[in-house]
Amino acid sequence: MEQKKYMNPYLGGALLGLVLVAAFWVSGRGLGASGAAKSVVVTGVKTIAPAHVEKTAFYQDYLKTHTNPMKDWLVFQMMGVIVGGFLSGAIAGRLKFTVERSPKITNKTRLIFAVLGGIFFGFGSQLGRGCTSGSALTGMAVLSLSGFLSMAAIFGTAFALAYFARKLWI
Amino acid sequence: MGPLVVYEIISENVNLFLAFIIGIGFGFVLESNGFSSSRRLAGMFYGYDTTVLKVFFTAAIVGSVGLLFLGLFKWIDLSSIYINPTYLWSTLGGGVVMGAGFIMGGYCPGTSFCAASIGKLDALAFIGGMFIGILIFTEGYPLWEGFYNAKFMGSPVISEMLGASRGFLTLLVILVALGMFWVGEWAEKKFARDDYKLNQK
Repeated sequence: MEQKKYMNPYLGGALLGLVLVAAFWVSGRGLGASGAAKSVVVTGVKTIAPAHVEKTAFYQDYLKTHTNPMKDWLVFQMMGVIVGGFLSGAIAGRLKFTVERSPKITNKTRLIFAVLGGIFFGFGSQLGRGCTSGSALTGMAVLSLSGFLSMAAIFGTAFALAYFARKLWI
Repeated sequence: MGPLVVYEIISENVNLFLAFIIGIGFGFVLESNGFSSSRRLAGMFYGYDTTVLKVFFTAAIVGSVGLLFLGLFKWIDLSSIYINPTYLWSTLGGGVVMGAGFIMGGYCPGTSFCAASIGKLDALAFIGGMFIGILIFTEGYPLWEGFYNAKFMGSPVISEMLGASRGFLTLLVILVALGMFWVGEWAEKKFARDDYKLNQK
């Protein structure tokens, strides 16, 4: 089946902005993604190694403010993202198990770098208190200093390193 | 008057349900714009596809103008919305680490969930890595606790720092965004590739 064309980016951006405003109007917070992943990780550790969580200060502090980490705004929002992404993909004929990569590299190389990139992004999102959605996009919409700094740091670094990673993409 | 949950107009469970609905909108918009494609996302850094830039800055315009007007109409109390705090070193340091992750992995957390939902296996690998990265942070927390909390500056808002009004700053954001759109359109012509098609309306 022929894939449908993607939406016009300016229309898409306007819609994304409206989603962001709706999130603020409802919850007083914008969008986010890495916070949901953190809830999953803490819940996983708590399930597998409860004794370890008991004696680790970081988890104890986190659980004090998040009694049930899975009953969290961002967790429900990310479940929605998965449903929404799937619906859009289904309508456009884009549902397919595939590894997306540059023609110059193998699937194995692509997957190794995807895992590595995930490790960096996961770690960085915790250090930076939020990722592209929660810190950069949402932070910029409320005109916060940290939003602009995090946007500049994320995209600036990616641009600076793009030359070294070019084989992965072009 | 919003935010609805802050003013207790809706219950906590309704808030979570609305989070799910808003998430569907978020995921649908991301996928419809091709944020489920790592080559499209990475294209931003080589200029052959600057969709990320255009979507991001259009969203920033609509988001900041939308908040400004909702505030002026008294539909939302801007003093009760969450402002991201600034811890200078970890905000910058975290951003640098995330940027490195972006160029290697081709996704960010939100887009990786979106891409996995349509079957991208590289996105699934990215999500696996992300869990590992977060686990490294939580397990090794005492090692970077000092850096994480250093140079706390409160939650400054740029307009207040510059002594300008919120409206003026929003105008500046719009002007910067328009400049970015121009750069994006120019780059897509200059760095167009034979092996990559934009495929958009």
